[in-house]
Amino acid sequence: MLRRPHYIALGIVVLVTVAILKLPSRTAAKLKLAVSALYVPLFGAAGSTQKTAERAGNAVVPRKELVAQLDEVQRANQQLRLRAAQLETLAQENIRLRSLLQLPKLVPWTLKPAQVVARDPANWWRTVRIDRGSRDGVVTNSPVLNIDGLVGRVSEVGLTHSQVVLVGDPNCRVSVLIEETREHGIIEPTSSTPLDSTIVELGYLSRNAKLAPGQRVITSGHGGIFPKGIVVGHIVDFHSVDFGLYTQARIKLSVNMNALEEVFVKLP
Amino acid sequence: MNSLHTGLILAVAFLLVFIEATVGGFRRVVGAQIELLPSLMIYTGLSTGLPSITLLAICGGLWLDSLSANPLGVTVLPLFIVGLVVQRYRGLILRDQRFAQMVIGACASGAVPLMTLIVLLNTHRRPLVGWISLWQWTLMIVAGGLMTPVWFRLFGWLTDKFMYRSLGETSFRPDREIKRGRD
Repeated sequence: MLRRPHYIALGIVVLVTVAILKLPSRTAAKLKLAVSALYVPLFGAAGSTQKTAERAGNAVVPRKELVAQLDEVQRANQQLRLRAAQLETLAQENIRLRSLLQLPKLVPWTLKPAQVVARDPANWWRTVRIDRGSRDGVVTNSPVLNIDGLVGRVSEVGLTHSQVVLVGDPNCRVSVLIEETREHGIIEPTSSTPLDSTIVELGYLSRNAKLAPGQRVITSGHGGIFPKGIVVGHIVDFHSVDFGLYTQARIKLSVNMNALEEVFVKLP
Repeated sequence: MNSLHTGLILAVAFLLVFIEATVGGFRRVVGAQIELLPSLMIYTGLSTGLPSITLLAICGGLWLDSLSANPLGVTVLPLFIVGLVVQRYRGLILRDQRFAQMVIGACASGAVPLMTLIVLLNTHRRPLVGWISLWQWTLMIVAGGLMTPVWFRLFGWLTDKFMYRSLGETSFRPDREIKRGRD
């Protein structure tokens, strides 16, 4: 049996746990940010150590290789400039047509680059921590993406760091549409393959949906968090659920969540 | 044991949580993140008193939850229960035996995630749990079991380096002192 000091200690711990768990969500979020702020110096130290190591690595790259890389980058730059000029013409045309049709103007995105500094230590969540916070203009629910597609949304914002819930986490549901058929659905986490974090489920598709493996899935713009048109992934396979009332598809995400390093936060 | 020992345990716990969050190599290779605070709690439960266990449970739990999407405080109680049970019955445990340390470490590493999950489900959260979670759980148990003897060695070394050793009993006896002199 336990002795008196054990009961006292148990009472203290239970009291502390219940008190923290029962805090109002805003206060709990503030307290969480305050506790996680203890790690900010360590994140800073880890970041600068990594940069120093990268610089040291860069110093030993042979000149021949650097020249080859420079040539390649210059070639890519020329091609991209040409493409940008074409897109500029299209954008102007789009603005003109939208004004003729009296449609609202499209606002260009403001993207802030960020570095992934930590991952969720618990196995049952899919979140990462980035080195941008309210100081950089990041707000809760800001969409996060990279060059491959949608990454997730910002769930908690600190002064210098933020937490991002990745697509596939139970707390990040995304309204999407299939690009070819314009069929709408909602991205949900899958518990059948949690080891492969690049597979998610697309639910609430109509039973008559014309689906095929390989079809591209993009954000629908519904819900008010994610803008329309961000690539999410492509269909792997599909099957009927709820006695044929709905169709569910498995989606291979275009972003490899296990290898995230740099992301972009879309600022409001 | 003194407050420096507790301080060392808390410092290691702080760094451990940071390493778990930032080093993703193990997760990338085997698909699971190992959790080493339970094994550290076993060392604390077997080597220190109730205040150290309480402090490690509260601080370690809060640090872990602050870097996770867990609600703050969800890991505190499971960690404490493990520490409390081990501390209460440590007289019955062969704590110097490496095998015993491994077995208890493995049990604790299995029990803490389970209890955390129960607390989590009671807060109406929906964590991502499936059949493959069994694989992750197994890995946590194995890693926790293997790491427990390491904590005993590490803290043995740290205690040697940072703390005063207790003085051994002197062999001097005043009744056997040889008195020299002329008288």
